[in-house]
This record gives sequence, structure tokens and C-alpha cells, in this order.
Amino acid sequence: MITGLFNNWIVIVLMMSGLYIVIAHGNLIKKLIGLSLFQTSVFILYISMAKVEGGTAPILAENIKELSNPLPHVLILTAIVVGISTTALGLALVIRIKEAYGSIEEEDIQILDNLPQSKTQKKIMDGEQ
Amino acid sequence: MNDLFAVVMLLGIYSLLSASFFVAMDAVDVAFTEAAVGAGISTLLMLVVITMTGRKENTKRHKPFLALIVVIFTGGLLLYGTFDIPHFGSADSPIHNHVTPRYINDSINEIGIPNIVTSVLASYRAFDTFGEVVVIFTAGIGIMALLSVAHHSEDNHKIAAVNDSMHERYLVIRIVSKILIPFILLFALYVQFHGDFGPGGGFQAGVIFAAGIILYSMLFGLSITRKVISQPFIQIISAVGVLLYGSVGLVSLLQGGNFFDYNVLLTDPVAGQHLGILLIELGVGCTVTSVMIMIFFNFAERRELQQHNNIHNKDLES
Amino acid sequence: MDVLLEIIASLCLFIGSFICISGGVGILRFPDFYTRMHAVGVTDTLGAGMILIGLMFYSPDFLTLSKLLIILLLTLLISPTTSHVLAKAAMQNELKPKLQQKDSDKELNSSNYS
Repeated sequence: MITGLFNNWIVIVLMMSGLYIVIAHGNLIKKLIGLSLFQTSVFILYISMAKVEGGTAPILAENIKELSNPLPHVLILTAIVVGISTTALGLALVIRIKEAYGSIEEEDIQILDNLPQSKTQKKIMDGEQ
Repeated sequence: MNDLFAVVMLLGIYSLLSASFFVAMDAVDVAFTEAAVGAGISTLLMLVVITMTGRKENTKRHKPFLALIVVIFTGGLLLYGTFDIPHFGSADSPIHNHVTPRYINDSINEIGIPNIVTSVLASYRAFDTFGEVVVIFTAGIGIMALLSVAHHSEDNHKIAAVNDSMHERYLVIRIVSKILIPFILLFALYVQFHGDFGPGGGFQAGVIFAAGIILYSMLFGLSITRKVISQPFIQIISAVGVLLYGSVGLVSLLQGGNFFDYNVLLTDPVAGQHLGILLIELGVGCTVTSVMIMIFFNFAERRELQQHNNIHNKDLES
Repeated sequence: MDVLLEIIASLCLFIGSFICISGGVGILRFPDFYTRMHAVGVTDTLGAGMILIGLMFYSPDFLTLSKLLIILLLTLLISPTTSHVLAKAAMQNELKPKLQQKDSDKELNSSNYS
């Protein structure tokens, strides 16, 4: 009875571990990794929803009656490719942050932001060397 | 874990595992894409970035308590929500009962191709897909704006010298890849044009094609690849893909149908659908391939520039 | 004929899965990088190959058979190459193999290792 919900619980565990990484870690790359963990767990949720007991892949052929739902497949198929392009955009931003601040730790960036202007520039110069 | 390299590798393994899970859940098209994108290109991009930003995470402040409270609270709410969700695999759950029966029962008569995923992607929901393609294109432009560097023309002898020194080191893998890359590209084209009948289509084919080119540029150097596929060329191709997609919609509008209504493209509606899907998948394939290659080129160029600057700085100091 | 085919196929599948499992045990139990990599590199090629051959005996038509054959060829090509690249990368980063020996053997073998 209750085992029918098992897939949702797995997805919740995965999602929450992704969310935990995003909140708890200060490293920007690690945050992006948490975000893509979250993303993939959403994909798993959609795909497991589409499954029909006894169904096969949604490609029409003779002698096949039951098919899984093609609609979530379409949505996730495009979402994966969009996901990688947006992740790449995030990584590009991380590279620019590294070049500007010399660090990708959230804490260091905040400290640098709060410094007076002249000191910030000096710090950046230090970071680059 | 403080070693980001290990974390990225684990993410790649997780992607590959979820791809095999998608096969078990009958989503072959999705598994295809996830295996190529998640385990291939995304891991690679993360590794490139790690080489530029440093491998170790040096955390001073860790705030697990706030995070744990948020996570447990959200997780509990979601868990409570699952009790109303229809059970796994049940055929009578709401998502199987609204538009899906029409896709499954009528698509063979209306579109005439066996792979329902392709017919939904490229015909019933062509407008959605157009949006996705534009998002990918925009992401490509954004990365170019953030990372692209001015070209410094390199001298051919220098490239050749570097190439010779690399040749010894990567001899075996270079030869094997030289054998494999044509087959990878051929397979990508097969996936592109066979998408109507089996799993496949523009998105998967684009990613696989790009993976082949990226493999080549990793082994033979960026400058040699850039001679074959130059940056302006892929920029144009990525725009042409979106243009091709949009213009199919416009032509159908001019012929008197709705936007992306392929029935009016030819006199026979089913043949019109075939033509429309073929053109649209081609547009998707062009855009995805060129944006993926563009992303990799920009990241790798930036890395080269950074290394060049580092060497230069060291020279100045000494 | 059918029974014979089935027996051969299941034998191949069994051997293949046994080899894969032994590779998995190897990666957990062996002491250093090179021996672990050797365990996986050798068993992966053979294990996956045997499983694919077993599946070939099961395949219902020629199309499936030829697809499996192509996968087998690609596996035979790629798997040793990846092991080679991995080992070479380790060598270039100067990872030394761990040459462990018992105390009693040390004096006997010292001339060989030095």
C-alpha cells in the first residue's frame, strides 16, 4: 500500500540533499553542484510519474497496447539540455567572480565587498598575485 | 568532502546512474540525453572550471544548523504532500488522462511517425520547444559575452611544435580517438535523422555531435580544432538553427495555418508534418551542437588565457 | 537446438557476471591504484564481452545481433584505451606503485628490488 509512494520519497531525499548543499556550503562551484543534484532529482520525479505498470517505451509498434506517458519525457528531454546551458552560464559567472575577487568562497567575497573602495582594489591586486 | 574533483566525479556517476534509471522507466530518449549531457559534457565543463578556480574548498564558516532546519522542514512538508499523490505505475492517475490519450491514440494518424516523443516535441508542443531552443541560444550568447577573449593569432610553427610534443604523450588515445570520432559523428547524424522512428532527435544528436568535436579538441588542441570550426562559424550556425526553426513557423503562418501548423506546408497534411518535423529537428540539432561547442571553446580559451597570464606574471616577478 | 543455445547463452551470462563481480571485489580489496585499476581494466573488458556474447545468443533477429556486435567491438576498443590513459596519467603525476613485502621476505628479495 505505502510502497507505491516510495519513488516520491527517494526524490525528496535527493532534492533535500541538493538543497542542503546549496544552503550550507559557501563554495560557489559546490552550490552549482547542489543545484544540479536538485535538478536531476526533479527529472527523476517526472520520469517516474510517467511510468505505467506494464507499459513500454512510447514508440508505436505492433502488438503493443500499453505505453508509458510521452509528455513528461518531452518536458524533461528539453529541460536537460536547457539545464546544462544554464549551468554553464553559472560556471562562466563563477570564473568571472574568481577573476574579479580572487576567490570563489562566499565569505571572502562578502568581506571584500564590505571593505572601503581603495582597500578593496588593493585586496584584489593581492588576490591576483 | 573538500576535494571538488571527487565531488564532480560523484555527480557524473550519479548522472550516469539516473540515465540507466530512465531506461528502466521506459524513457529512452531522456536516458540518451542524460547520459551524453550529465555524464559527459556537464562533468567536463565542471572539471575545466575547477582547473581554473582551484580544486580545494576552503570553508571557514559552515552553517549546517540553519540549513538542516530548512531542509527538514521543507522535506517534511513535501513528505506530507506525497500522501495524496497517485501511486507509482498506476494507469488511472491524472497525468495519464488529459492530453496523453490523444497523443497516444491519434498521433499516428495526425503526424504519421511512430515515436510519440518526437511528434509531441516537434509538432504538438513545437512552441514550447521553440522557447527552449531560444533559451539555449541565449545562454550561449551570455557565455560568449562573459568569457570570450580577443583572438591573438598564433604562429603555425609554434602550434606544430606543441603538437609534436603532445603527440608522444597521447599517442595511443589519439589513434583510438581518430578511429572513433568519425563513428561518433556518424552516430549523431543517425540519431538526428532516425528520431522519427526510434529514440533520438535534434537535442540528443546535437549533444553527441558536440561531444565528438569536444573530444577532438581536447586531444589535438584548441587551435587545430579552431582551424576546422572557427568561432564565427559556430556563432552563425547557432543563429541559423534558431532562424530555421522560427521560419518554419512563419511559413506555416503565411500559408494560412497557425504558427507551427505543419499541415499546410504541403498539400498532404501528413507529408507536411513530416517535412515540418524534419526541418525543426535540424534547427534544434544545429543550435544545440553549436552552442555546446561554443560553450566549451569559450571556457577552454579563457583557461588558456589565464595560464598564459600566470606564466607572464611569473616572468615579471623573476 | 533452442535448449543448447539457451544453455550456452546462460553460461556466457553467468561467467560474465562472475567476472564483473570479481572485478568489483578487486577494486575494493586491492591495496593501491595500479592493482585496482588492473582489476577493473581486465575484468571489465572480459566481463562485458561475455555478457554481450551471451546476449547475442539470445537475440531474436539479425538487427539486434549486429547492434550487439558493434557494441562489443566498441567495448573492446575503448575499454583497454581508457585503462591505458588512466595508468599513463597516474605515471605522469608520479604516483608510485606500492611494493609491499613481508618482513621475512625483505632480506631475500632485497637484491631484486634494489
